[in-house]
Amino acid sequence: MSTAATISAEREHYLNKGYGIRSWLFTTDHKRIALLYLVTITFFFFVGGILALLIRLELLTPAGDLVQADTYNKLFSEHGQVMVFFFLIPSIPAVLGNFLVPLMIGAKDLAFPRINLLSWYLLVIAGIIMLHAMMVGGVDTGWTFYTPFSTAFSHTSVVEAGISIFIAGFSSILTGLNFVVTIHRMRAPGMTWSRLPLFIWAHYATSIIQLLGTPVLAITLLLVVFERVFKLGIFDPIRGGDPLLFQHLFWFYSHPAVYIMILPAMGVMNEIITCFSRKRIFGYSFVAMSSIAIAVFGFLVWAHHMFVAGISLYSALIFSLLSYSVAVPSAIKVFNWTATMYKGSITYSTPLLYALGFIGLFTMGGMTGLYLASLGIDVHVTDTYFVIAHFHYIMVGGAVMGYLGGMHYWWPKISGRMYPESWGRLAALIVFIGFNLTFFPQFVMGYLGMPRRYWQYPAEFQVLNVLSTAGATILAVGYLLPMVYFLWSMRYGKIADANPWNAVGLEWMTESPPPTFNFDETPEVTWEAYDYGRVPPQPREVAVEP
Amino acid sequence: MSEHIVSSRLYYTIWIVLLVLTGLTAWISTINLGPLNTIVALVIASGKASIVALFFMHLKYTSEKHTRTVVIASLFWVGILFVLSMADYVTRATAR
Amino acid sequence: MTMAACRRSPGRLPLSHSPTAIEHEHNPALQHHFADMDQQKKAAALGMWLFLATEIMFFGGMFCAYLVYRYWYYNEFAAGSRSLDLKWGTINTAVLICSSLTVALSVRAAQLGKRKLLVILLLLTLLFGLVFLGIKGIEWKSKFEEHHVPGVAFNVNDIMHEYPQIPIDPQHAQVFFSLYFAMTGLHALHMIIGVGLFTFIAYYAYKGRYGPGYYTPLENAGLYWHFVDIIWIYLFPLLYLIDRKPLR
Repeated sequence: MSTAATISAEREHYLNKGYGIRSWLFTTDHKRIALLYLVTITFFFFVGGILALLIRLELLTPAGDLVQADTYNKLFSEHGQVMVFFFLIPSIPAVLGNFLVPLMIGAKDLAFPRINLLSWYLLVIAGIIMLHAMMVGGVDTGWTFYTPFSTAFSHTSVVEAGISIFIAGFSSILTGLNFVVTIHRMRAPGMTWSRLPLFIWAHYATSIIQLLGTPVLAITLLLVVFERVFKLGIFDPIRGGDPLLFQHLFWFYSHPAVYIMILPAMGVMNEIITCFSRKRIFGYSFVAMSSIAIAVFGFLVWAHHMFVAGISLYSALIFSLLSYSVAVPSAIKVFNWTATMYKGSITYSTPLLYALGFIGLFTMGGMTGLYLASLGIDVHVTDTYFVIAHFHYIMVGGAVMGYLGGMHYWWPKISGRMYPESWGRLAALIVFIGFNLTFFPQFVMGYLGMPRRYWQYPAEFQVLNVLSTAGATILAVGYLLPMVYFLWSMRYGKIADANPWNAVGLEWMTESPPPTFNFDETPEVTWEAYDYGRVPPQPREVAVEP
Repeated sequence: MSEHIVSSRLYYTIWIVLLVLTGLTAWISTINLGPLNTIVALVIASGKASIVALFFMHLKYTSEKHTRTVVIASLFWVGILFVLSMADYVTRATAR
Repeated sequence: MTMAACRRSPGRLPLSHSPTAIEHEHNPALQHHFADMDQQKKAAALGMWLFLATEIMFFGGMFCAYLVYRYWYYNEFAAGSRSLDLKWGTINTAVLICSSLTVALSVRAAQLGKRKLLVILLLLTLLFGLVFLGIKGIEWKSKFEEHHVPGVAFNVNDIMHEYPQIPIDPQHAQVFFSLYFAMTGLHALHMIIGVGLFTFIAYYAYKGRYGPGYYTPLENAGLYWHFVDIIWIYLFPLLYLIDRKPLR
């Protein structure tokens, strides 16, 4: 990469140590693997995004005029599968987590570097299989693969899609395994659990979920594949099976999966908010413990996806109560972040703009989750656009904005360059506006009764749909901008030094970009996390760049 | 995991115990104990599994508390899956 | 609410502060992102146990399906269970227990530096594993011949005739056999992987790679093998011993 040479011709770091495709494809350096993941998930974000745009284009008009109904079923199914398994679940852990976990704890690499590389290859192989499945027949079962449609009636590439996600699941499991062992075993001297950045706590909790939940999805998809291929009857009511058993097993993973998607973004929030408020986090222990609580409680609520599917009223009551309780740790985090900012010295940098957007939008998404946890309300709004708006507020308004905020915050460390700050702020604003215009109308149309996964709809919903599609195009612009200026910055961006934000954390105590083994000397930690009392009061690199 | 070297005599003893328990569980299943048959079979199986884990897998000798936590946590988690799923099935109004 | 600091010494200093320096007489098996062999060994052990935790959840999904359908279709499960050969099931259970013994003894042999004994024990383990798979093949073949394999040729009239006292719905019996093949099949696949793994281990043991200073791969492969044994310890009563009481 010739751009790396212009950063500093003399100093060797992870980007310029070894050139050529083989040095990347056979690397075991966690930082390079993070970049390999970055390219992969960005590609799948585009694929999922294009599918989303096609959905929104179809929904501009009440009639089904852009695509056939069967095609529409494939569009929303593939959008969900690609976005969930090939973008959201890997995104922050595989890119930012891979890059930062060893740096933040003062280690030279993850515990199992070769398994880390294997994780990436598994995701790529799974992705290729999924792309093939999409091109040859597609998948029309919804990302949820409900039986018996997926096992007995669908004529699409269910088996391929199932195998693809099975493999992607193992990529996720191995990443989680790597993180847990690394965090337990490879912390630098003095880095006690209570001095760990909360980003690490969040990734630890995420990894627990990945380890304990994903295998159940794996076996469930395997049984679906067996049922389709060998004509078994495990989930088919005609042959004595129970479709609800599939749903129980599927959602046992897929509900905790949403916490896999949001916890890392919450971890990012801690780092950004403390840095740009120049204050230590309010209630460190509560935030750390709430991450673990979310990981645990998240496994107790899955049947709230099945309230109207036919489960017993008594179990629905249990799951409804448990679903209310899972909101508490998330709320604790939101309170702690706002308390952190209170009387802080705020700088409205791009990362903080994303963080503020996260707090507002995640709270809205989370609170609408409480409506859905209530049985009486859920009966009316389940399987409507209300649910779609709810989870997009959390996944996009929360997780994606957390991802973007984190990418901006650590971009100087990753690339050695600053992104252009004014463009960053502009893009953040465009994303925020586009996002709300896309998804707020969906709350309204869902509440008014528009069902999800419908290719046609009554004319009374058209205005809201048009607003939503308009928002989607604005959102697309907001997402394209960072891709452009990040690439631009790799050649023309201002060269960043080790700590452009004057932040606290071990990753800021090594050069930008870091050397291959992260630190010239193993650090010894004697300070508490977020010790902003002892650093200069202003983060330096937030002047608006031309 | 642990440097403790277990004596081969202990291994052989465990082996004999496991074989005896296997024969026992097969034989007891042919005797009518009513609903206790299932419980006895599972208790014997859990006993065998525990013996394999404690002695062959060195759980008894390891100084790592992480290992025990991992084992207990995973058993608890699979328990969550069983208990909350069955909570639905045993309370459904429709008989099967 | 304060958090107790980690009791043990938090973190290790590598013997040299330089990232690429090598300790003078280091174990050739030491990977350089680790500070010392102890850290590497503990990391590998924790990783292996975490992997086994994922396997517990993996099989757990199928055990959950079993639980649900046994609750619903007890009669068909009981009858299906009777149609399995108790003799082969018991022998197979014993075979796996013997293989676990040889695995445990092999780790001990490595700890004591007895290379020849180690290789013999590993070869015995492979033998037991193959015997298990062979017997499984015999059982499956007889199931195939009896038309108890789910699919178009599925037919349980023979079971229904043999146990007229038990009301049996063929579709529900099909669920039992689906789970039988799925569970024993997945278990057998894990056995095959274990046999493959131990083939490599045996080869490296023959080459002298394992001894008192380094036997982590053997120990971790052993954990895997014991785990697969434990799964079978549960599968045996759940599949073969549902109801073997004498019928009136």
